[in-house]
Amino acid sequence: MTTHQHAAPTPVGGSLVNAATLVCGVLIAIMAAILLVRFIFGLGMVANINDGYSWGIWVVVDVMIGSALACGGFSVALLVYIFNKGEYHPLVRPALLASLFGYTLAGAGIFVDLGRWWNFWHIFWPGYANPSSVMFEVAVCVTAYILVMWIEFSPVFLEKMGRRDVKKKLNKWLFFFIALGVLLPMMHQSSLGTMLVVMGGQVNPLWQTPAVPLIYLLTAIVIGYGVVLFESCVAAAGYRRTIEMRLLNPLSKIMLGVLAVYLVVRFGDLLIRGALGEAFHPDWVAISFWIENIAFVAPFFLIGSTQARRNPANLFLAGIAIMIGGILLRLNGFLIGYGHFTGSGWTYFPSLAEVMVTVGIFAIEVLGYIIITRRFPVLPREHAQVAS
Amino acid sequence: MDTRRHFLKGVVAGGAAITSAAVAPPACARETHSRPAEALGLLYDATLCIGCKACVAACKEANNNPPEFSTEDRLWDTPLDTSGYTFNIIKMYRNGTMQTKDAEVNGFAFMKTSCMHCADPSCVSACPVSAMTKDPATGIVAYDPGACVGCRYCVVACPFGIPKYQYDSPTGKIGKCELCRHRYADGHYSACAEVCPTGATLYGRSADLLLEAKRRIALKPGSVTRYPRGKIGGPDQSYEGPVGNYLQHVYGEKEFGGTQVLKLSAVTFAKVGMPDLPPKSSAATSETLQHSLYGGLVMPVVVLGALSFIAKRNVHDEDDESGTDKDKGEK
Repeated sequence: MTTHQHAAPTPVGGSLVNAATLVCGVLIAIMAAILLVRFIFGLGMVANINDGYSWGIWVVVDVMIGSALACGGFSVALLVYIFNKGEYHPLVRPALLASLFGYTLAGAGIFVDLGRWWNFWHIFWPGYANPSSVMFEVAVCVTAYILVMWIEFSPVFLEKMGRRDVKKKLNKWLFFFIALGVLLPMMHQSSLGTMLVVMGGQVNPLWQTPAVPLIYLLTAIVIGYGVVLFESCVAAAGYRRTIEMRLLNPLSKIMLGVLAVYLVVRFGDLLIRGALGEAFHPDWVAISFWIENIAFVAPFFLIGSTQARRNPANLFLAGIAIMIGGILLRLNGFLIGYGHFTGSGWTYFPSLAEVMVTVGIFAIEVLGYIIITRRFPVLPREHAQVAS
Repeated sequence: MDTRRHFLKGVVAGGAAITSAAVAPPACARETHSRPAEALGLLYDATLCIGCKACVAACKEANNNPPEFSTEDRLWDTPLDTSGYTFNIIKMYRNGTMQTKDAEVNGFAFMKTSCMHCADPSCVSACPVSAMTKDPATGIVAYDPGACVGCRYCVVACPFGIPKYQYDSPTGKIGKCELCRHRYADGHYSACAEVCPTGATLYGRSADLLLEAKRRIALKPGSVTRYPRGKIGGPDQSYEGPVGNYLQHVYGEKEFGGTQVLKLSAVTFAKVGMPDLPPKSSAATSETLQHSLYGGLVMPVVVLGALSFIAKRNVHDEDDESGTDKDKGEK
């Protein structure tokens, strides 16, 4: 057994009412007002989705991108519990918390977009459920993963409540939930990519490929590490804590390794299928493809050397670059590179109301993260004072 | 125990688990489905169509759909495309001077847009709750709003852009042609074929319709032949007419494994809005990928076993003692 000296997680403390939480509150209120209109008058009243683009940002951003950005818990668990890198243990709880909120809200966000939401339980009901549907598999795995994450995170609440007896019982089985918590994201993050396959020729060949499950899985892992870099820097700045460079530096190196594998798979696939020609058309789709891939290559220039990795600003930028690449990969497949062959004449750009709902969902995540980290033992103990 | 060796074991085992999960074994390939023997469908012959839109009106009536306006005066039902409330529409191809009917250059032509009732429908494969179903006998692709969750995966999946959602309602449904299956009990068939004055839209068994389509494209353009109207095998309403300048392509014979609605045209299909589709269906590709990865849950269970084994050894006391090091492991 290997062990590492870690500071115990403790609540950050401080006031829950500050500029950040107030802004989140206002954004959530705006979202609530828009959703009221949406549920009374229908999707068309607030959203710009149409017969040519039936899926807008409420599907692609809130659910597909939202869940990918919530892969930090999965990526870190993979590292700590599967590859036995115990030294990264202090990152587990903060990453898991962000994942918990990201996924729970992606799951809740589905209800915003479902046109006949009161039938949602049919997805889990034998007789209705269609196991051949990629959507079915995604829905079941995401739901299971949300449950598993709440179980994985429950020791935090049990500690707070002083229920050591329950915690002891849970710990006997925690390894199984941790294993599930690695398997389920592998399954549905790859399947989120597989969802493109049934759309066939409506999706530009730059994103329509039999390798799409692997492409989405690898990017989900990379995004997970990128988000951890990003969130660690933001949390450190927001709570005036020191950045855990001792952990983030080697973590970013691991991220580059997975990223290198991804880029080989991505461009190998494009070359084998001969689809790269699409990237040289003078149109927005091609430009979007290049921005996506430049963002994925950028970290090698930002944090390629040990020297560069010592600078937190570079890690922060690399995290952002990865997130941009991952966001664009999904936007390109489902929206920007979708339907342009069919020439239906339809276009889609989200309405302000759609954007505000998406912003509101992210605001709930940020607010929840602040409340939990200030009141529950998540972040490693520090002797620094909290600015509130 | 040696930490490094322990770590390497973890890497190997973890890597093996991930690789086995990510690389699908070439098993469980699912072939593209073909039409049921008694499949029902339509034959639309664009050279016979006069663009009267009787079928559009009849479809509205048969499905109890409200009118959709696109003109200032809002006097008539004037939809510009199919929608959640318009399941059938006749569109017009126009080129140059528009002088000659069914000429690709300086001509005009008509094309019907409605559900193709695919042999292997993308919408049925996509639907998570079996709201889109394909009847094993008639092959009709039907929709059940009582089952539907409104996720609209069928809308984005269909290569013909057929299922469409009613965005203007808080309880919106998907709308699409169901070949008037609700009228069969009264001895009726597809309203569009019932009212078509020229037989441009013809109803019947897809197998019969395919034979009829092949008979027509084999004829000499300009010669005279008999055209049935309404329903193949129904009462004789046929008439004599000139043979059109057909392309040697029955659209729907092979596309995506075949469709039950077939089309004939003198103008290139791509130009009248019919997509170029391979003989292999997207549904087959998608389900092959899905079944290879998750068929019988074999791989997930194997991977879960491997991950549980690894995790059991790697979960330390620090996970239960709130991070304090009580673990007396070797360093």
